[in-house]
Amino acid sequence: MSESKVTFEKGNVALAKAAVAAGCRYYFGYPITPQSDIPEYLSGVLPRLGGQFVQAESEVASVNMLLGAGATGKRAMTSSSSPGISLKQEGISYMAGSEVPGVIVNVQRSGPGLGGIAPSQGDYFQATRGGGHGDYRVIVLAPASVQEMYDLTVLAFDLADAYRTPVMVLADAMIGMMKEPLKEWVPESQEPAKDEWALTGAAGRPGRRIKSLYLGDGELAEHNWKLAQKYERIRREETRVQTELPEGCELAVVAFGSAARIAKSAVDRLNDEGRRVGYVRPITLWPFPEAEVRKVAEQGVPLLTVELNTGQMVEDVRLAVEGRAPVHFAGYPPGHLPSPDDIYDEIVRRLPAGEEAA
Amino acid sequence: MKPVFVRPQSLTDKPFHFCPGCHHGVIHRLVAEAIDRFGVRERTIAAASVGCSVFLYDYFDVDVVESPHGRAPAVATGIKRTNPDKFVFIYQGDGDLAAIGTAEIIHAANRGENLTVVFVNNTVYGMTGGQMAPTTLLGQPTTTSPYGREFGQDGYPIKMTEMLAQLEGVGFAARVAVDTPARLTQARKAVLRAFETQLEEKGMGFVEILSSCPTNWGMKPVEAVRRIEREMIPYFPLGVYKERKGSDAL
Ligand SMILES: Cc1ncc(C[n+]2csc(CCOP(=O)(O)OP(=O)(O)O)c2C)c(N)n1
Ligand code: SF4
Ligand SMILES: [Mg+2]
Repeated sequence: MSESKVTFEKGNVALAKAAVAAGCRYYFGYPITPQSDIPEYLSGVLPRLGGQFVQAESEVASVNMLLGAGATGKRAMTSSSSPGISLKQEGISYMAGSEVPGVIVNVQRSGPGLGGIAPSQGDYFQATRGGGHGDYRVIVLAPASVQEMYDLTVLAFDLADAYRTPVMVLADAMIGMMKEPLKEWVPESQEPAKDEWALTGAAGRPGRRIKSLYLGDGELAEHNWKLAQKYERIRREETRVQTELPEGCELAVVAFGSAARIAKSAVDRLNDEGRRVGYVRPITLWPFPEAEVRKVAEQGVPLLTVELNTGQMVEDVRLAVEGRAPVHFAGYPPGHLPSPDDIYDEIVRRLPAGEEAA
Repeated sequence: MKPVFVRPQSLTDKPFHFCPGCHHGVIHRLVAEAIDRFGVRERTIAAASVGCSVFLYDYFDVDVVESPHGRAPAVATGIKRTNPDKFVFIYQGDGDLAAIGTAEIIHAANRGENLTVVFVNNTVYGMTGGQMAPTTLLGQPTTTSPYGREFGQDGYPIKMTEMLAQLEGVGFAARVAVDTPARLTQARKAVLRAFETQLEEKGMGFVEILSSCPTNWGMKPVEAVRRIEREMIPYFPLGVYKERKGSDAL
């Protein structure tokens, strides 16, 4: 792993640079705000590296190009924002079903419908529940800084290959558009050999199939169970979360992505003021860090979930907590990006009375 | 003694599942012969589509990926762009290519993707039970046009080869049939040309093949074959609609 000096970079560009560093040479996409920096950057860089940049006729086409490229074992990606990600769900379902790796980036904007281009976390359900048809999961990584746009994108390619499954980087307009210091690094290749399964032309062997259609007696159930076992392995091995729990924690904030970032300022300020506020930031949204959240609840610590929507991840928090502790919610649908002060007030409102530090 | 009829090497020995009198089997054979003829089996990757030909991968001994309904041209674009040294073909029905996948085929053609496209037009959605397709002829009854296709209600049958021939990215476009030995010979030639077009990097090689679906036409195989000449060819004229010549590479 080699590192470069620190530069000041936009989140979307950091993500695009990470893809290149991770060895991705193929991009398929369709323009949409607020992620167009990604195709704009890659359209300049990839052709010079002997790769391909294809601006497709739609998100439907681009995700299917990703399916084709992935089926041959090539590291490839597509990116879009919410309405475009809806169109990609067909392809994502096929990729999951036929076990084709690939990276899908969603720099979320606001919905439903055409919605708007403001930052939002309205696609949490879509991302973590599979989104398309059928019984499958997608690994979802949620960066909360420009640096993580880079780091988690590198990880996304490795996970996609390691598990032969689609991986989504779920960012939003805020993380995508803001500039922050970035330390680029070139990862050692984690790209596994793919000659056991990838389509390479049937030289010296029988033809191979990459497919999701199973009509034989019991075949599809068996295939679904096989996928389920893979998802179980991913749950066990790839759950990622950042937890900061002070001694005698009075309340813990649970938030991801840009909401987590804003909430962190409020949490830090309260702790500076002598309160004891915890912070739980899921980095993988699927698999959701259930055990970690449950552990907090088991200590009787109330939780406050903060999201840029009207309440989605909070359902996963409640499922993990199973009534062991109160779960509060502060939601900010698009159009009102909360300030750290807003969240500070929300936390203070929920802090157990009479426990204020001297 | 030299055998006169052998199974093409790129076909598996699995017997076709198609209904009696269905032309999918004949067309599979033509494609397999072309693979053998150009010796590209060991560098072929095919994208199957959704329709009665979805089991392409049971019959062709080549690498195959299954595409969502209509998306084979996009899937194939992803394959070919990342593997320009491979030979990539797609095989699509008329519902697949001319309805749900219209955008994908037109834009793959317009980008001049070096792909070979085999388009099987049987004027119905075969696999799903004979519903109306965009290619269903006027007056033709189907399970979703029980009184016969009518312009005011359903529009005219779409002529894909004529449309695609207009696009600069298409190197070869032809419509053929396999209902008589003479036409089969023409069809064989057209498939070979559609292969060559890709091998010479002249853009998309497109061949539409008028095909029978006795089952969903409610006809006996012989009747169905006659229908191709009597009803289909007059509306879907056979011929080469586009051929990029010699050195004018794309
Ligand atoms: C998204 C989607 N919509 C609909 C279907 C159902 N479906 C399967 S095959 C088919 C039509 C196939 O007709 P055609 O392409 O003409 O092929 P044929 O069977 O006639 O050869 C349809 C509508 C599907 N599989 N996926
Ligand atoms: S339904 Fe029609 S297209 Fe399908 S196999 Fe039977 S005859 Fe062929
Ligand atoms: Mg058909």
